[in-house]
Amino acid sequence: MASIEMTNIVKKYGDGFPAVNDVSLDIADGEFMILVGPSGCGKSTLLRMIVGLEDITSGDMVIGGKRVNDLAPRDRNLSMVFQNYALYPHMTVFENIAFPLRLAKTPDDEVRRKVNAASDVLELKEHLERKPANLSGGQRQRVAMGRAIVRDAEAFLFDEPLSNLDAKLRGQMRTEISRLQRRLGITTVYVTHDQTEAMTLGDRVCVLRKGKIQQVASPRELYEQPVNLFVAGFIGSPPMNFLPATPEGNRLKTPFGDIELDERRAAAVAGHDLLLVGIRPEYFEDASLVDDAKRPVGSIFRAKVDVTEWLGDSQYAYIPYDAPDSIKAHLRDLSKELDSEELRTQAIVSIDATSRIREGREAEFWLDSRKVHVFDPESGENLTRDAEAGAELTRLATQDRLEHLESARAQQDGASDGQTGARGGATAVGAA
Amino acid sequence: MTQTTLPPTKKTAPVSAPEGTVTDRSRGERRLGWMLAGPAFLVMLAVTAYPIAQAIYESLFSYRLTDPANREFIGLGNYGVILTDPLWWQSLGVTALITFITVVVELVLGFALAMVMAKALSSIRPVVRAAILIPYAVITVVSAYAWQFAFDINSGFVNSWFTWIPGVSADTDWFGDWGTSIFVICLAEIWKTTPFISLLLLAGLAQVPEVLQEAAKVDGATWWQRLRKVTLPNMKAAIMVALLFRTLDAFRIFDSIFVMTAGANGTESVSFLAYRQTISRLEIGLGSAVSVLLFISVVLIAFVFIKGFKIDLAQARGEG
Amino acid sequence: MSARKKVLWILGGVLITVYCLFPIAWIVSLSLKAPGDLNNGGFLPSALTWENYELILSGDASGLFLPALRNSFGICLIATAISCLLAMFAAYAIARLDFPGKKVILSTALVVAIFPIISIVTPLFNLWRNIGLYDTWPGLIIPYLSLTLPISIWTMSAFFREIPWEMEQAAQVDGATSWQAFRRVIVPLAAPGVFTTAIIAFFIAWNDFLYGISLTSTSAARPVPAAIGLFSGESQFVEPTGSIAAAAVIVTIPVVVLVLLFQRRIVAGLTNGAVKG
Repeated sequence: MASIEMTNIVKKYGDGFPAVNDVSLDIADGEFMILVGPSGCGKSTLLRMIVGLEDITSGDMVIGGKRVNDLAPRDRNLSMVFQNYALYPHMTVFENIAFPLRLAKTPDDEVRRKVNAASDVLELKEHLERKPANLSGGQRQRVAMGRAIVRDAEAFLFDEPLSNLDAKLRGQMRTEISRLQRRLGITTVYVTHDQTEAMTLGDRVCVLRKGKIQQVASPRELYEQPVNLFVAGFIGSPPMNFLPATPEGNRLKTPFGDIELDERRAAAVAGHDLLLVGIRPEYFEDASLVDDAKRPVGSIFRAKVDVTEWLGDSQYAYIPYDAPDSIKAHLRDLSKELDSEELRTQAIVSIDATSRIREGREAEFWLDSRKVHVFDPESGENLTRDAEAGAELTRLATQDRLEHLESARAQQDGASDGQTGARGGATAVGAA
Repeated sequence: MTQTTLPPTKKTAPVSAPEGTVTDRSRGERRLGWMLAGPAFLVMLAVTAYPIAQAIYESLFSYRLTDPANREFIGLGNYGVILTDPLWWQSLGVTALITFITVVVELVLGFALAMVMAKALSSIRPVVRAAILIPYAVITVVSAYAWQFAFDINSGFVNSWFTWIPGVSADTDWFGDWGTSIFVICLAEIWKTTPFISLLLLAGLAQVPEVLQEAAKVDGATWWQRLRKVTLPNMKAAIMVALLFRTLDAFRIFDSIFVMTAGANGTESVSFLAYRQTISRLEIGLGSAVSVLLFISVVLIAFVFIKGFKIDLAQARGEG
Repeated sequence: MSARKKVLWILGGVLITVYCLFPIAWIVSLSLKAPGDLNNGGFLPSALTWENYELILSGDASGLFLPALRNSFGICLIATAISCLLAMFAAYAIARLDFPGKKVILSTALVVAIFPIISIVTPLFNLWRNIGLYDTWPGLIIPYLSLTLPISIWTMSAFFREIPWEMEQAAQVDGATSWQAFRRVIVPLAAPGVFTTAIIAFFIAWNDFLYGISLTSTSAARPVPAAIGLFSGESQFVEPTGSIAAAAVIVTIPVVVLVLLFQRRIVAGLTNGAVKG
């Protein structure tokens, strides 16, 4: 197990285009780091540079204190789960998992012991003699994981491992990966474009855009204190709403009425004339359902509802709004960059499932103005970000992780040997 | 409600390097590529480009192998001799006729076979597939003999089996005149090569998604309409490739004619004519000229197919 | 599927099978007829006899047939091996590397494949006589490459394109050297494609007639199809029908065995090369 330190990593392809541009990132020993971003942001390239499948144009890649820039993949002792699993079609499941051990000339009985232990953890026992072609997607995924955990690698690397599974299985495997990582306490780098995976799995998440790091922080900090429009728009589902706004004293004029800002934020936005205000869907509510104690911290506006979606436990309303052309252009560019297909300027508003707001009618909404962020549409910068509050969130997350790691290691040491410990865990995984 | 439609996506295009600069890596890849593929490429050129160049050169001489002393440059004289000789036109006609008949019949029959194969129950499919491969794998000479012997006036069984057909009797000599000879030659060719066509068409058929058929059924198309409006247009590429390959292959016909009639009764094909000039009569100059003319014909056919029918081989290969 | 339809499709399948096998059955039946029985006008022999096989395997015609069989096997195997080796490198480059000229190589293969053989034979006939390759094994192996190499390149590139090459990288991450990754992952994945290509190339070489009769004159290099084709002239028997049939059956046996053993792969190879190539 080892830390991974990247300093000023650059990857340029033949045409001179930097796929990864000056990335510096420290991943602590035992940390679960997520690399996330829309397609083409360089996250997979970065992962492949860590594992050694891509040359590093410039910068330093240090794994476990050793500079590995010029080492071949096999000398880096990392294990990787590929997007399409890369199972060897001509080998049985057993031989697939055993492959790294065989290459290391491990004695037969040890190979058997280790493969059996790994297949126990992953519930592959009864499939060991089958060929990959005869397995389901979920089983293939687990074989790929088995091949990764069977040897004592310095770190695990995952390249969008769940993208080929259906939604239900994806959820299950997500928890399984999380448990496995927590128990083994192994440094993990995980590439995904799915933000649910990013939010649930990572100790920290690194958001990339066009080869550059935008923000590295705990999921909570990303959600609550994004540095810019890009991060704010990328994290969260349904995504954050961006409304055009013009400041007037300590108020913001928006299509949904005026929003009052506290002093700190009012000072931060002063001097701009056209802004974007970012409001997450859950900051809204059906005004008739807001209790009187909360009412004063927000503002109330009337708007016509276009469509409502009732999901049982929650409900969304879509409210169209008008925006100046320059803002529309900005929003269009942003949604293009985020791979989303937002065609209309409309706000998505989360309201209580019991709300009786109807489609096509005017309704009264309440908006919690305490948590809104204000962005400069030109630079995309978040003008109202509270860096300290954000750092605090990430510090808390790190603390949690370290506690977890310690207890996991204590548990493993406490068990008579590592294998029994792993097996004990297997039942827990199986029960899930 | 304001509705904004997105303009056509303008991807953030990678900044391309100026033309002409090639990185070390891709230069290395180029070199390796040619080092690996080069030998095969050179061998292919050596066994075709060189001979055809040689043939073109020799076709300009009056040259008989048994009489090398009188070798003399006569320019396009040999071509003049050939193109004014009815024998050439006769053999060209025979070749074209056989090509046309066999290719048309094979396409229709091959398509029928492909349909049956596609629909055949999985239990009998391996049997049918193995059976269909046999004619493909059998040597043309063997197939030609099998059909010749079957129709032979002495050893054949056809005459005794088919006496009920008007005009067929115990002493029908199938190889005695032109029409029946061509008929048997075509039969043998069709038997031998239909399976290959049907396999190509089967592969094309497999590329037509089943869901299109279902959609057409729901839309109220009859079996025939589905075939014409859905299946065939979607396997056009496969049909065209099969057609092109078979036409060019049929145009080279030699083995069957050599075995069955040896060119008697005006059944000589162009390949046979060239063979007879060069190998039997040792008329190198004339034979070379016939070879060159055959080569030009094949090139013309290929050109007409690829331009006329707009066969995009890259697309046919699924590289679109 | 309704029962009636089922019966129809089965009937169709049986019809195809009969259509494909009938001429083969006929030549087998013919080869088992005694010389006096040849003209019985029926499909089946009146009495079974091995006379024809004895004639070509140990009798008077064996001097013609057996060397031809040996020539055919030797020449076809060598030509297949050479073209597979060359095609393997070429197909690897085409499937794996990015270099200008890929299209040129594939198009050249296509052109060579449709080239009229007689146009090659004519000049070679003269040239081989001059440089002493006429009526020798190399004298046939070289032109056979024009038959086997193009199809090998097409078929093999189609197969190689389907190999999941990222496996090589996965193996390297798993701790393999480049050689180990090639040896333990790529070779087992590529082998079936190479093997299938070899079978198809062998069929094509085995089928050759025109080169065989044009570029040989004695049993030193004459392959079987040419030998059979020229049986009539050189055998002292009035009716060589029986021996031709027996020889035809013997040369058909290897291809039938290959077809029966590897039918699935052969179909994949034939259609891949042509439709997807």
